[in-house]
Amino acid sequence: MDLITVDHVSKRFPLPDGKGEFTVLGDVTLSVHRGEVLALLGRSGSGKSTLLRIMSGLIRPSQGEVRSNGIPMRGANPNLAMVFQSFALLPWLTVQENVELGLAARHVPLAERQERALKAIDIVGLDGFENAYPKELSGGMKQRVGFARAFVLNPEVLFMDEPFSALDVLTAENLRGEIDDLWNAGTFPSKSILIVTHNIEEAVYLADRVVILGSKPGRIRGELQVNLPRPHDRNHPRFKALVDYIYSVMTNPDIAVTGEVEGPESGAGPEPSPQRNSGSPFSRPLPHVRVGGISGLLELVAEKRDADGSIPQLAQRLQLEVDDLLPLLDAAVLLGFAEVADGDVRLTAIGRDFASTTILRSKDLFRQQALGRVPVLSSIVHTLQEKENRAMRSDFFLGIWDDYFPLQEAERQLATAVDWGRYAELFEFDAIEGRLYLPS
Amino acid sequence: MKPLPEPESLRRSGSFGLADLAVILGVLALLGVVAHVGAGSMVSFRPPDVSPTVSLDPRNLPDYAARSTLRMFIALAASLLFTLVYGWVAAHNRRAERVLVPLLDILQSVPVLGFLSITVTGFIALFPGSLLGLEAASIFAIFTSQVWNMTFSFYQSLRTVPKELGEATTLYRLSRWQRFTRLELPSAAIPLLWNAMMSFGGGWFFVAASEAISVLNHDYTLPGIGSYVAAAIAAQDLRALGWAMATMAVVILLVDQIFWRPLVAWSDRFRLELSASGDAPESWLYDLLTTAHIPRLVAAASTPVLEGVDRLMSALLGPVQDHEEQPAPPGQERLFNLALLVLIGALLAALIHFVLTRVGLAEVATVFRLGLLTLARVSLLLVLATLIWTPIGVAIGFHPRLARLLQPLVQFLASFPANFIFPFATLFFIHSHIPIGWGSILLMALGAQWYILFNAIAGAQTIPSDLREMADDVGLKGLQRWRKLIIPGIFSAWVTGGVTASGGAWNASIVSEVVSWGTTTLAASGLGAYIAEATGRGDWPRIALGIGMMSLFVVGFNRFFWRRLYDLAERRYHL
Repeated sequence: MDLITVDHVSKRFPLPDGKGEFTVLGDVTLSVHRGEVLALLGRSGSGKSTLLRIMSGLIRPSQGEVRSNGIPMRGANPNLAMVFQSFALLPWLTVQENVELGLAARHVPLAERQERALKAIDIVGLDGFENAYPKELSGGMKQRVGFARAFVLNPEVLFMDEPFSALDVLTAENLRGEIDDLWNAGTFPSKSILIVTHNIEEAVYLADRVVILGSKPGRIRGELQVNLPRPHDRNHPRFKALVDYIYSVMTNPDIAVTGEVEGPESGAGPEPSPQRNSGSPFSRPLPHVRVGGISGLLELVAEKRDADGSIPQLAQRLQLEVDDLLPLLDAAVLLGFAEVADGDVRLTAIGRDFASTTILRSKDLFRQQALGRVPVLSSIVHTLQEKENRAMRSDFFLGIWDDYFPLQEAERQLATAVDWGRYAELFEFDAIEGRLYLPS
Repeated sequence: MKPLPEPESLRRSGSFGLADLAVILGVLALLGVVAHVGAGSMVSFRPPDVSPTVSLDPRNLPDYAARSTLRMFIALAASLLFTLVYGWVAAHNRRAERVLVPLLDILQSVPVLGFLSITVTGFIALFPGSLLGLEAASIFAIFTSQVWNMTFSFYQSLRTVPKELGEATTLYRLSRWQRFTRLELPSAAIPLLWNAMMSFGGGWFFVAASEAISVLNHDYTLPGIGSYVAAAIAAQDLRALGWAMATMAVVILLVDQIFWRPLVAWSDRFRLELSASGDAPESWLYDLLTTAHIPRLVAAASTPVLEGVDRLMSALLGPVQDHEEQPAPPGQERLFNLALLVLIGALLAALIHFVLTRVGLAEVATVFRLGLLTLARVSLLLVLATLIWTPIGVAIGFHPRLARLLQPLVQFLASFPANFIFPFATLFFIHSHIPIGWGSILLMALGAQWYILFNAIAGAQTIPSDLREMADDVGLKGLQRWRKLIIPGIFSAWVTGGVTASGGAWNASIVSEVVSWGTTTLAASGLGAYIAEATGRGDWPRIALGIGMMSLFVVGFNRFFWRRLYDLAERRYHL
């Protein structure tokens, strides 16, 4: 029987002022099998964190149910333990007291508690630090405490919520390798692992099975079997093919994930993503990037003439994670500066011009592209032009976004639109009065 | 990475030493004082015939001071208990939150001293034949001066517990009690402690004011340092006043060194940042306690007891509920809203009925006019205090060494009860024929001004030295330097200081618009004097009207003035 089963689960949050609901997850079905490492891979906004919290019982789904060993779950699942992105250690407890936390909650007698905690601390290589406080430890050591706190409970499934993303690259690599060794040695304190990540390499390195989530609303796009001998060799052709394939899938939200990977070219000739021209211009989200970020990326791509513009290579060269790189690419594509196909990025003629010209001309190009291809910006300009004083409170636009997004996201949309609009000199913004107005 | 053990942990070796001896003696002495002073509140008291009197012999002062201090600590304990319960309920129950938080906001604005008359009569009736009634009334006055700030701080901390820590406690299945003791209380500890310390400092003012009070044509006296001062004023004894001030200063210093410093040093472990911070607060007593063995032996011995308590309370309070609360059915929600509306309506109706039948509209208009007068005094005070103390505060704040030297002094001055200095000021007014209408501004300022100074220092310290160097570099001088750099830089801090100072000034108006020296009494025209006189006469409707009007003024002033400045500070001048 599967350890955890997610059965047609969806999650909606009510929008403020009773304006309907915002769907974070739509109809997700998923299982965690015994003895596997499962990775949930998705960009920000794919609801992967929400899904993890629903599976752990922290959040209740709006529809569907989650079963643990076949039994429908109510409240936090006692059969699992979680490792958090921010470590979530209590700063006023020592390493040992932190590790004992879950045992104390289960009222395990003091002597047994101490013995088990010491063993878990030993496993993660922190002996000698039992009486240290978290603030005395480096980031990597703090996360080791996070692992020990989970291990000591011998959970059926270990949940990891981006466990290495708050660490620097080398520390993350080191700890990731140790966790993998522990799993491969067959002495791992849990039967299965579920890891949520936005790092493609990490997913392919650690997991037996990778589930790819799509955005808006969050849903499962498909899954891949890694099918490599453990530990997964990063230089194995299949490893590289998998990473390339996932990159090309994640940069193109409209192709189907078939899970059949042979080589980099195996993706079934994806068509360029068609612009979905439905509904209000405000319903289509802007990628949250600054204009400076877009032009920086384009300059880097333009300089590298010899390369094919493969996105995994680009990510590696820039030391950027998917969550940082992909929104930049989205914005470049949206503005018609670049095209993405087969996991490669190519600049358009305008994009090449934009990347290499003077700042004044690049502003002109940006304005032209923004007016032509970003309906929400032209819509704002029209609204302002129709007003006699050529100005409008930003709350008005925020209210429109608010109909389609939760308030926080609506505010980010406004902030991004203001950044783009200011750069393009389409409109100006007075932060004190909260007013958008046309330049005189 | 810090593989080396903390130096402090290495020091914890050796056997039973001098430190332990000091701890034992200290504890015994403390117990002795508390027992002796506590017994004092059981003396016979049958008003109006048998009433305790206060002797002006300075040798009695230590005893009186100890009694006042004990009151302060009992009030502090009560405030803490109230804070934990009220704050916890407000943070965890959405419906309760909707009532409790606005209520707290209003209670915070009610002038504590106006309350006194109501509570004194109530508590005396509750404990007939002993001083306990007066004792309780005094403690209650201190309690109400401390508790709201603390409760707000605790509630805020509970609402801002980091999300992942909350999730971790849920997932690791901590009980409500365990979450409270291991997550919520520790993460609220530092702000709560600072608030308690500040409120405690302000509390001395109310001790002094509440120990000797005339209510309903009776003079009530409770032995303590405040009533000693009152007796000294009545006897026009300047020497006794001097002794009282010296004693007060010693008490404030002692409480700071023996109680607050060690707590602040200890609470540093509850910092939420996971990285080590620059300089930790220090305390000689805390060092002594960590060096001694006895505290650790006691801690080890009490572990099984604590385990038992943990188990018991966990069983009593149950597990942490599902992370999300299920939204209540709309019908139930409507009913709750309706009940709230009915309650508010009933209160409003009672208020209108009261005004029309008991005092009349003309009286309301008079009181409103008096309120405007006091408002003018408070505003003038704030302007003057700002003009005088801000430049001084900024000058101090820009010199780190000076600031480190003077900050404790300002803190001390802020907690020194201003009403101890009132007699000297009164004498000065009488001799130089200054009308009390203007003089009362000075009296209110005696307590309130320090908050402005204190925050000006703190604000100046937060201006990054980069910015100051830049200002020097581009040649900003004089007025321009103030306008472009200093005023925006200290604005947030000034608002904080201003709110505190204005709250303090409103409260102080009740004791500073009417002052006396011997048989001479000076009375200004104002809302504070109105309340004080109504209290003396025992005129209930006018007491209620006065308190209500003052609360209205404070709430209005906060809403329409301070809240806006606060928003402005948050939006524009946040460094």
